[in-house]
Amino acid sequence: MTNTASNEHFDVIVVGAGPAGSAAALITARAGLKVLLIERGEYPGAKNVSGAVFYGGAILNELIPDWCEQAPLERYICRRDMALMSPTTAVSLDFRTAGANYVEAPYNGFSILRPKFDRWFAAQAEAAGAFLLTSTVVDDVIKDGDQVVGVKVRREQGEVRGNVVIACDGVNSWLARKAGRQRELHAHEISLGVKEVLGLDEALIRERFHLSGNEGMALEYVGAITEKVRGGAFLYTNKNSLSLGVIGQLSSLVESQKRPYELLEVFKAHPAVAPLVRGGTLREYSAHLIPEAGFSMMPRLFSDGMLVAGDAAAFCLAAGLYLEGINYAMQSGLAAGQTAIEAAGRQDYSRYFLARYMERLRERNVFTDFQSYRHTPAFVNGERFQNLYPEMVAHATEMLFRVDAAGKKKIVPLLGKTMRDLGVKRSHVLQDLYKVARAYLW
Amino acid sequence: MVMTTHEEKMSTVRYKVDDKPHIVVDGKKCEGCSVRACIYVCPANLFVPLDDGSILFNYEQCFECGACYFACNEEGAIQWSYPSGGYGVTFRES
Repeated sequence: MTNTASNEHFDVIVVGAGPAGSAAALITARAGLKVLLIERGEYPGAKNVSGAVFYGGAILNELIPDWCEQAPLERYICRRDMALMSPTTAVSLDFRTAGANYVEAPYNGFSILRPKFDRWFAAQAEAAGAFLLTSTVVDDVIKDGDQVVGVKVRREQGEVRGNVVIACDGVNSWLARKAGRQRELHAHEISLGVKEVLGLDEALIRERFHLSGNEGMALEYVGAITEKVRGGAFLYTNKNSLSLGVIGQLSSLVESQKRPYELLEVFKAHPAVAPLVRGGTLREYSAHLIPEAGFSMMPRLFSDGMLVAGDAAAFCLAAGLYLEGINYAMQSGLAAGQTAIEAAGRQDYSRYFLARYMERLRERNVFTDFQSYRHTPAFVNGERFQNLYPEMVAHATEMLFRVDAAGKKKIVPLLGKTMRDLGVKRSHVLQDLYKVARAYLW
Repeated sequence: MVMTTHEEKMSTVRYKVDDKPHIVVDGKKCEGCSVRACIYVCPANLFVPLDDGSILFNYEQCFECGACYFACNEEGAIQWSYPSGGYGVTFRES
């Protein structure tokens, strides 16, 4: 296949065999189009890292009949923790459910390991007839005037031609930028995640996290856990390992002069976290960028002969309560694939026709969710939400539960004292209540 | 052991090292830089400040994440690209 690649002309060229790319390749191949799926890694997933919890059972359910038995899933999440941290204290909301939506197929969400999952998912695209070409870097698009007509590959042939190029090349989004569809991105729009997979006995995981069978737990943290760095931390249970990591806004890492991997040690040593990770053995360390600014950093999603999906389109929702990217990647890949199918039917690959990608995205709630939560990333990464309020909540709760000679305070005076102790301004709190409302409430 | 040094972390990662570097740092441009963002964002700790004020960069254990490129935007001292297909980091679990 590789020898004749330059002689072949494809209906669709998908760059990147992650969830977005493989979804686009799967749906277009099934529609009978000639699809090339190009991946720079040795295998799909070789260059991918996520937390990872994938909220996409429903998506897989529609796509692949026996996915439940076949897909490499770790644990289905029926228990979640959201914690605000000070250096000594964690105040968390613990959610646990036996609701059918969560504990029965197709499940609400489940933990996965990307190299394993991506490999399986790309294989589904291959089974549908897509040509998977691995170990191949795409360096640029080929243009005829404004029309994208193919890609330059770092292989002998040098180029491959196709009617539509779907750029699913991840957060760095080189193709969109080289094609002039995306501006240069800034260090405050992007976060670095550093991760460890710690091996831990399966029975011990169940015991420690109060789980039965394949139940799983997802814990997410914000506050002193990342010291002065804006971001957060996560801890997810896999079958016989834990995925844990720290995420820090790039500009904030530079300001704090703290190395990202040092934050991992701080995280694991926190009194609320240490008991959960005790005895774990490091299997793999990894790192990856996350396009956290969402809506404000989106490229031009459609143009002549080109569509952008997944992280390359900044379809990653980092909104505190929600850390979701894989589901949006898959949905946007499907939306791009659908658009390519329609374009092939009309033999029209102009931006005027490809514009219907936006409708497909809206139908799948991709564009709408990002629009709706466009204020949230900035709020979640704000100074006070990151450091001050978690400290305040931890401090207030400690006082609330403390029994000492000073006697009991009611909640409002107690909050007042907390605010004075920590130098929290009432005017700031009011401003922030407005921001919370705009970010989450309506 | 749960707590690990950076070297211990890096020893768990698999690489297929290409014979040419995929990222090139113009050390001269670094001499005037006081921010040194690259040092603080690289998860693989590949940027080493030298006594003469320049920065030494080693590509062999690069995660290809792009953090250095975005953090260093202003100076333009980093020529960034992916390694050849199949080369560089290969994750197995993450």
